[in-house]
Amino acid sequence: MKIVIAGCGKIGSSVLASLAAEGHDVTAIDKKSEVISELTNVYDVMGVCGNAVDCDTLSEAGAGDSGLFVAMTESDELNMLSCFLAKKMGAKNTIARIRNPEYNDSSLSFLRQHLELSMAINPELRSAQELYNILKFPSALKIETFSRRNLEMIEFRLGDDSDLVGKNLLEIRKKYDAQFLICAVQRGEEVFIPNGLFRLEAGDKIGLTASLPEMQKLLKMLNSLQRQARKILILGGSKTAFYLAKMFESSGNSAKIIEQDEQRCTELASALSTSTVIHGNGAEQELLMEEGLGSCDAFVALTGMDEENILLGIFASQMNVPKTIVKINRDELVALAHKIGIDSVVSPKEITSNILVQYARALENSSGSAVETLYKIFDGKAEALEFRITGESRLTGVPLKEIKLKPNILLGGIMRGRKTVIPSGSDTILPGDRVVVISSNNRLGDILDILA
Amino acid sequence: MNRKMVFYTCGRMLHLEAVLLLLPLVTALWYRESCAYPILITMAAAVLAGLLIMAVSKPKDTVIYSREGFVITALTWVMFSLIGALPFVISREIPSYTDAFFETVSGFTTTGASILTDVESMSRGLLMWRSFTHWVGGMGILVMVMAVAPMSTDRTIHIMRAEMPGPVVGKLVPRVRQTAKILYIIYFILTVLEIILLLAGGMSVFESMIYAFGTAGTGGFGCYADSMAGFSPYLQWVVTAFMFIFGINFNLYYLALIRRFKAVFSSEELWTYVGIVLLSVCAIALNIRGMYETAGEAVRNSAFQVMSIVSTSGFATADFNLWPDFSKTILVILMMIGACAGSTAGGLKVSRAVMLFKAVRRELKKMLHPRSVSSVKFEGKPLEDGTISGVSTYFAVYVAMIFAIFLLISFEPFDFETRFTSVLACFNNVGPGLGAVGPAGSFAGYSGFSKVVLSVAMLLGRLEIYPVLFALSPSVWTKKN
Repeated sequence: MKIVIAGCGKIGSSVLASLAAEGHDVTAIDKKSEVISELTNVYDVMGVCGNAVDCDTLSEAGAGDSGLFVAMTESDELNMLSCFLAKKMGAKNTIARIRNPEYNDSSLSFLRQHLELSMAINPELRSAQELYNILKFPSALKIETFSRRNLEMIEFRLGDDSDLVGKNLLEIRKKYDAQFLICAVQRGEEVFIPNGLFRLEAGDKIGLTASLPEMQKLLKMLNSLQRQARKILILGGSKTAFYLAKMFESSGNSAKIIEQDEQRCTELASALSTSTVIHGNGAEQELLMEEGLGSCDAFVALTGMDEENILLGIFASQMNVPKTIVKINRDELVALAHKIGIDSVVSPKEITSNILVQYARALENSSGSAVETLYKIFDGKAEALEFRITGESRLTGVPLKEIKLKPNILLGGIMRGRKTVIPSGSDTILPGDRVVVISSNNRLGDILDILA
Repeated sequence: MNRKMVFYTCGRMLHLEAVLLLLPLVTALWYRESCAYPILITMAAAVLAGLLIMAVSKPKDTVIYSREGFVITALTWVMFSLIGALPFVISREIPSYTDAFFETVSGFTTTGASILTDVESMSRGLLMWRSFTHWVGGMGILVMVMAVAPMSTDRTIHIMRAEMPGPVVGKLVPRVRQTAKILYIIYFILTVLEIILLLAGGMSVFESMIYAFGTAGTGGFGCYADSMAGFSPYLQWVVTAFMFIFGINFNLYYLALIRRFKAVFSSEELWTYVGIVLLSVCAIALNIRGMYETAGEAVRNSAFQVMSIVSTSGFATADFNLWPDFSKTILVILMMIGACAGSTAGGLKVSRAVMLFKAVRRELKKMLHPRSVSSVKFEGKPLEDGTISGVSTYFAVYVAMIFAIFLLISFEPFDFETRFTSVLACFNNVGPGLGAVGPAGSFAGYSGFSKVVLSVAMLLGRLEIYPVLFALSPSVWTKKN
């Protein structure tokens, strides 16, 4: 599919990289020629240097016959305008990054409708949602939710003393009376889609699907259930911090935000109600201690500097804060952070790329049971995908043990109405189900792609 | 440097050469010539050498940067020439390996300079190979591989940039592979068109292919000693027209195909090219009017020679050695300018000449008005300082290289004119020069050493200096960077 991406900053270029790796024909627009020459050197894409709302630039980039036009510039207004123009020129679908909270309230649907946007994407809001999900369930390093919220996938790391260490999956299944499935294991750099004889080791990072109550039951048995975080300390008053604080307020808890810039503090204080806004330099450990780092349930580092986030994350872990989450934008630093023990990482870039990859794949497979949700898990080495089964096919009505799947593919769960089925060989898939598939080294666009 | 990836890629390229040798093989079999065996042996050698290189250098890491791109390009061209020379030697039609190497480099680089004194005695299979190398080298060996086979790395743009001539190499479509495909399809269709038009003028299939390949790659190898002089005016005009066509930037054909005619007709480079050609044709036609019976003949000969030189093909319908000095001087200037960037022609390229001219004008203006601020515009867009300094540097290196090579061959027992135009003709991939290397002469008189030097000159010219220069510099080969 032809995709045009206008604006190649941090998020834009990461979206570009994922879409180019998916095999799409990508054209990048940016006003800086250095950015364009760098991108065209590294990725197999075409670059156009110019203003994203200039019709000549858009037509040079081929926005008119593109299947998807994505606007990711700094400015919401530019994004809206350039999507609008691209749509008028003939782009089939347009996606704009709109992250200003003022546009993200009731006016969003009006904007979307009248600008004919296929999607408005707000990386900050999405990041805040992901943070909120993890904070509600702090045992997980990361949590991936699927559309009906009755099946989730959590990632956690096995400590040396975990009861699961040294057992294979069949033994684990027999021992614990809970409905769950271990679907992916990361050991060092490698990712495995395990079978029943796969033996877990200390230090493995595992991905596990279950419904939320079953998950809690299992973690309780493993003595690693942490209670929901109620008192959180947020460092950096970014938009993500604002959205996160807002979510905490609506669930009746309180958040404390530390921000350096006084004016931003005033803005935040007037936009939030029960949260506390502190004006001060969060890099000073004294201030953090004074504001109760020692007694909070979770510490979230959301400053614009990845390095600062990592360092303060380490500090918070040393202060025995039960849960620390840091925002990291640069991929190479994510791996580094894992190495020094910071496991819970949120990357707005990755979240946004996931959504766009999913959207582009769904567009290409719009006829059958297209992918509805897609997560890249374990540093992008595997994927968790959700499909809706629309009609009868070779997959439906047949017991799973009689279906031959491609290698490195696992059915992680079936959602049927309000019920969640953790699949075993005798279960069947029925039309109307939603199916979660875990896969590595495959590029799945339609549910039938899983068949060998 | 990622040496393994460099060698691995080059090894793969050799397999392409084996495939390319199929055309001369078929020709040889068709005419039942004995040169089929040498060609077969060469094919086997190419496949084996390729497999061997690939086996010893399986890369772990497929990432390449511009450094690797340059070296891959230079090495591939050298290897192609080394192996491509084998059929001539094995068949004893060109007994000396140095001579055969010179001839093959001249073919791939689309120079058309020849050491043969008697073309007509060559077997048809080998003549076909000689001309086919023009066709392949014209658009580029690696670009061809990119078009037909997926490469194991995403960063093939570095290779494309190293091989495609011109100051700025852009893509037509997002994927390098698609871009390469589109270029080759346009190239192929234009070549077929020329073959058809030549057939219509009474050429045999063999002749029409030889001349079409020579024109398409802007090479200049023919199959007769008098090049194009023996053919009818119609055929000469067809070749003139196609030399012009293959001298235009191929991006413009793509733009025309996707109906962006405005962009085509507002191309500054195209109009400058047209202007240069028309002006030169008129000036030379007036200058040589007295040597021909009719004005039409003078114009035809003038147009043919001008197109042949400016597109750096090197065909001839007249011995321009015998023309007045004014005409010869114009031709020598045209040799250096060459045709458009992004075409199959050699030389400095019209776009570089225009940019240099404009940059010089700006500098002069700055001397008069030290505080003036002005931007150099080309094709309607302001040029970045990086591009301008890149072009100026290129020009400086270009001149320095020409003089260095001129110095290296200065011991040859030829006159100044012959030696100087030999360097220009080789470096700019034109083919014939003036004096003893004029259209009626050949490079046979040069010593072995000079032939190798001139071969390097041709490679330098075709690959626009840098790839060859980098491949020869030890610092690029160190493991560290």
